[in-house]
Amino acid sequence: MIDAIMNAAPAWALTHAAPLLVMVPLFLAPVLALVPNGRIAWLISIAATGISFLFALVLLGLVQTSPIGVVSYEVGRWPVPLGIELRVDALNAMILLIVTTIGLLASVFSWPTVTAEVRKEKRALFYSAFLVCFAGLNGVALTGDAFNLFVFLEISSISTYVLVALGAGRDRRALPAAFNYLIMGTIGASFYIIGIGFLYAATGTLNMHDIATRLPELAGHRSVQAGFAFILVGLGLKAAMWPLHQWLPNAYSYSPSFVTMFLSATATKVALYALIRFLFTIFRPDYGFEISAFSSILMPLGIAAMVVCSFQAVFQTDVRRILAYSSVAQVGYMILGVSIGTTEGLSAGLFHLINHAMMKGALFMAVAGVVLTYQGTTIRDFAGLGRSAPWTMTAFAIAALSLIGVPLTAGFQSKLQLGFALFDQGLWWAVGFVVFSSFLAVIYMGRVLEAVFFQPPVNPRKARKEAPILLLVPLWILALANLYFGIAADFPLGLARDAAAAAFGVEAFR
Amino acid sequence: MNTDHHVILRVIAKMLIPVITMFAFYVQFHGDFGPGGGFQAGVIIAVAVILYALVFGVSAAMRAVPPVFTRSLAAVGVMIYAGVGFWALLQGGHYLEYQALFHEGPGEHHGQHIGIMVIEIGVLCGVAGAMLTIFYAFAGRVAEIRDEDW
Repeated sequence: MIDAIMNAAPAWALTHAAPLLVMVPLFLAPVLALVPNGRIAWLISIAATGISFLFALVLLGLVQTSPIGVVSYEVGRWPVPLGIELRVDALNAMILLIVTTIGLLASVFSWPTVTAEVRKEKRALFYSAFLVCFAGLNGVALTGDAFNLFVFLEISSISTYVLVALGAGRDRRALPAAFNYLIMGTIGASFYIIGIGFLYAATGTLNMHDIATRLPELAGHRSVQAGFAFILVGLGLKAAMWPLHQWLPNAYSYSPSFVTMFLSATATKVALYALIRFLFTIFRPDYGFEISAFSSILMPLGIAAMVVCSFQAVFQTDVRRILAYSSVAQVGYMILGVSIGTTEGLSAGLFHLINHAMMKGALFMAVAGVVLTYQGTTIRDFAGLGRSAPWTMTAFAIAALSLIGVPLTAGFQSKLQLGFALFDQGLWWAVGFVVFSSFLAVIYMGRVLEAVFFQPPVNPRKARKEAPILLLVPLWILALANLYFGIAADFPLGLARDAAAAAFGVEAFR
Repeated sequence: MNTDHHVILRVIAKMLIPVITMFAFYVQFHGDFGPGGGFQAGVIIAVAVILYALVFGVSAAMRAVPPVFTRSLAAVGVMIYAGVGFWALLQGGHYLEYQALFHEGPGEHHGQHIGIMVIEIGVLCGVAGAMLTIFYAFAGRVAEIRDEDW
């Protein structure tokens, strides 16, 4: 499929894929703010995300065929260490593919839920904010400039606060959730920019590649280490690394369903990408302070997230909160994979990142369908839905099994890779925690599935009411992807391995 | 006669508002040669309207500069900025490459000049529109202070 697109793409698309991927949605976002009609805005946002998706495929193809595995683009043709560089290697290309795929599926499915949850005069502006957020996330993943990354991070974050706050039409608690997220997110961004300031003071450059080449001789420098600490905390906050995740459960539970689905599958992933980029490409994993950060900060925090947040998820009664706490736990798996500090560990973490985007996307999409037809998200509201909405709930069940890590699903494959990577380093006790956390996932997802399939409906008048077809199609695409990549994991595993190799600065081998 | 007790404010404000707007454009176009530019000029233009709103009331300001207009202005500003980038792409250059705008060689600078000027106009629109939209969003929420309460 990538080859076909590469052959069909005109020459300009090949040279300018990187800026167009971001700028097409970013240009269409203000256009949507001027469009009076929500339905037109919806169609334009599908077109914009679709175009970005195609460019992401082109970039992936370019990276895979490039001899050095890097696609570099100078914005405004300013030479590289001075101007802003868009730099794509296998790691970014993978993240871009996830963000644009989820963005496309999300915008296709959004219309029924947006009409139900967002007031009519705000719909076009809602889509405008969505496109800004989408463009910002892609920008973070594309840029090769540390300060530019901050700008895109803020573009995506500020529009995210708006999107979360628009949940106030359904539940007023969205407003404090959005405000809380705003404060935490801004603190995270400030920490990041302080860290960049320290790095700039030490190296005198903002280009990531340039910083990376200058750092080895400065690794003992205090300001470099302080910068590392600030960046770790700042990006950890954005990526919902335990215990900096306090903004996440409320923001995911009260925002509009569409926003929850989109954010859960992309926003924390992109922040985690930025963290990985700093941990592996800019700072090297063999610096003394980074080794100690891996073993005494990231690994304990990752394991704590897996265990504590899975426990918290067990005691929730609202399905969206269960999934939100589970998201923090899954970030824990990725952090654990990253903290091993080997190529295998990183590729396992990235593989889990891909799979988590697929399963959480499917789960939140199914929940959006339930919100749409039954207006409730507690476990009691889910009782008996297996009979009244079989298609929605079967997809939900597939994604839930994938989240638990049942064999023949995508979640199993990535937990297996994580286990291999841990065994490789003799960390068998960490494998025990992974298994224990998966066991907790059996409990919290099992409570929901039990209510869905084995309990009689609380309200017997609930007729057979399936989610609309616009919602079912993207939902089933994601659910089937969970099954397909659970059996034939070559494609995502190859992406993750190339990405890990690229993060370590090794050429992507294929 | 009740409404005339801050006549001095009104008269001075009426005199100042055009001057502030003029100064905004001075800052805008002087940005090429000295301190200044689109962001500052946009803020100053917004200040002129905000001063009008403070003295004559928010509803009067909303009649003169409607919220729909400010919102659209902000959107158009972003489109102008991004549009220059696309213009450079259409001329065969890189994104935002000013040199490519008029297909110029290395020694010529018209593209650089025009490019940054158009971009700064986009910034002016974007900042002025966004400032006023934020101001209206805050000011439009509270009940206005009546004259007797001054």
